[in-house]
Amino acid sequence: MDMKVKKKLALKEKFALMTRGLAWETSYEPMEAVYPQMAYEGLRIHNWDAWEDPFRMTMDAYWKYQAEKERKLYAIIDAFAQNNGHLGVTDARYINALKIFLSAVPMLEYNAHRGFARLGREMRGVGPQIACQMQAIDELRHAQTQIHSLSNYNRFYNGFHDWKHMSDRVWYLSVPKSFFEDACTCGPFEFIIAISFSFEYVLTNLVFMPFISGAAYNGDLGAMTFGFSAQSDEARHMTLGLEVIKFMLEQDPANLPIIQRWIDKWTWRGVRLLTIVAMLMDYMLPKRIMSWKEAWELYFEENGMALFNDLARYGIKLPDCTELIRKEKDHLSHQAWNAFYTAGMMTNFHTWIPTPEEMDWLASKYPDSFDQYYRPRFEHYRELEKAGKRFYNTSLPQLCQVCQIPMLFTEGDDPTQIAYRQVTHQGDKYHFCSDYCRDIFTHEPDKYVEAWLPAHQIFMGNCFNPGDDPSAAGFDPKKSVLDYWHIAFGRDNMDFEGSEDQKNFAAWRDQATRN
Amino acid sequence: MAVIAIGDFVGVAKDTVEHFHGNQLVYVGWDKHLMFYAPMCLCVPPAMRFRDLVAGPVAEVYAAHPQWAQIDWSRAVWLRSGEPFTPDPERSLAENGIGHKESLRLRTPGLDGIGGSGT
Amino acid sequence: MSKVFIALQTNEASRCIVQAILADNPDAIVNRQPAMIKIDVPDRMVIRRETIEEEVGRPFDLQEIHVHLISLSGHVDESEDEFTLSWAR
Repeated sequence: MDMKVKKKLALKEKFALMTRGLAWETSYEPMEAVYPQMAYEGLRIHNWDAWEDPFRMTMDAYWKYQAEKERKLYAIIDAFAQNNGHLGVTDARYINALKIFLSAVPMLEYNAHRGFARLGREMRGVGPQIACQMQAIDELRHAQTQIHSLSNYNRFYNGFHDWKHMSDRVWYLSVPKSFFEDACTCGPFEFIIAISFSFEYVLTNLVFMPFISGAAYNGDLGAMTFGFSAQSDEARHMTLGLEVIKFMLEQDPANLPIIQRWIDKWTWRGVRLLTIVAMLMDYMLPKRIMSWKEAWELYFEENGMALFNDLARYGIKLPDCTELIRKEKDHLSHQAWNAFYTAGMMTNFHTWIPTPEEMDWLASKYPDSFDQYYRPRFEHYRELEKAGKRFYNTSLPQLCQVCQIPMLFTEGDDPTQIAYRQVTHQGDKYHFCSDYCRDIFTHEPDKYVEAWLPAHQIFMGNCFNPGDDPSAAGFDPKKSVLDYWHIAFGRDNMDFEGSEDQKNFAAWRDQATRN
Repeated sequence: MAVIAIGDFVGVAKDTVEHFHGNQLVYVGWDKHLMFYAPMCLCVPPAMRFRDLVAGPVAEVYAAHPQWAQIDWSRAVWLRSGEPFTPDPERSLAENGIGHKESLRLRTPGLDGIGGSGT
Repeated sequence: MSKVFIALQTNEASRCIVQAILADNPDAIVNRQPAMIKIDVPDRMVIRRETIEEEVGRPFDLQEIHVHLISLSGHVDESEDEFTLSWAR
């Protein structure tokens, strides 16, 4: 890139003019009426002028650099598609990670766009307003670039065809969907702590650094380029998250307990959401840079601790859930893959048993857990598969009322025992995967009693294919639900072994290397 | 207020029993048998006998495990909402105090999954 | 002591930025991963416009870093001449 550098106003001066200089105090309406969402969460803000903008990015510079990012991204995506780059990925199994990505992530990005657009209007200070407006545009860009990049795979592989429909309906996709709907229905301050701080600052490095670098390692230029292009905005978002925390804490000591509770809640919500990323990294990348556990140690335990050490001067403590998270890092990815492998009848992607070499790699990365608890499971499945009885669990799972993940997590100190937590609220029982999801519920039960839990909705009869009659003879509820999700039975779901994707990829790759 | 909201908000529970067309939900898990990744969620009539619950929808799923056939039912322990209890197999779920969204767990001492791994 | 870090996409512009960071931060630790490069420095990292300009051989606006950036940690302070990351404020 070759950009002209002109003599101009000093950066700080220009930034002040182009942000604070554009704001005004209202005269014929009270400011409280113009910004009606600033009070109800109980946070006390005395002086919006104390807001420090870490990046001095003005709107003109923003558009210039974003346009440059887009040009680079689309040049790479076009080249990747034009040159049949999909045949250069390590192994067609990898493409299944992209199916999960497409059906889960653009929807998150789009909801982030909506959330930040609201904050761009509702935040009273002009500094955070502008940062939120930029972020709203960024998030929309992320959704669009992800959809564009992955649409190329839809031309060749199954399961990509109706991600938007699936995002709103398929059982496991209620996990990311409900995560963001929870955030978007919070007040503006909780939303920004949830997304900018807990999710972006503390956790997104785990998604976009090891996983997207992993995509590059597996030859996927398309995912690499949208991933890193999105992450380049993320650095600005993370910095906003850190500034928000400091600003709120410095405004009034009474804000501390409110913010601590939000950090505790959203760190936990985010970690639960990342369960699926743990699985993507350890089981779905044919070539792996690092294990989920190593990534966790690097990006959360090392970098995250630096952050919490810094915030200690305000009285912020490490969330209590950190101790359980530390114990779960040896188990998370294996338990998730066990769930998806056995639930492989109900997925919009293929699943498989790790190869013997992959199991050895897992054992080397997880010396305290894999051989003892998980290898026996996968070897048993392999025996069943060899006998022509590939194991599918077709029952519907019990779900956690808050994170909506099936109750698959084990007790911190006993990886053979599922963790059960329950409370009774207004005469009804509610179930949770952990103390932390339970505590989120008991703090705001009126919110979480309204959770749309897929297993329950199916039993209510709300998830059958329109037109199917459940009372008709020969009605097959499972088939009707798959039809409702737009998952083509035998083509999009079940094992990778024998799938159309496997056959096509092998045939096309063969053509690509010989006449 | 049981939710932080800009106005008055009263949550309406989505999964109360009247939504299930005369049936109720029951969750059933089998401790130390994680070949089944999570407890199952079943939708059954409250008048169903406990014996029929186990021999029917529960067995339909768990019979895939090699240890299912080895269970010594005289030693098996049931938990209801985490507390041990002795169901009467001939009586209905309702008569056994198994209401809507009750959590049942089966413990089979001596059978700890494949190779004792909790699988 | 805490480390701050910056991660950049591996491309030609980043190569020059990385050289400049290494020149100005003797304690920097470089970690190369597929398609990205991560640089950790104890406590404080400074990125200087002038040093980058020497590397790239042309005028350079520090905000161009945004185009190549993947992630960072620490408090940011940005001026025309320096971009710093630090934990000690």
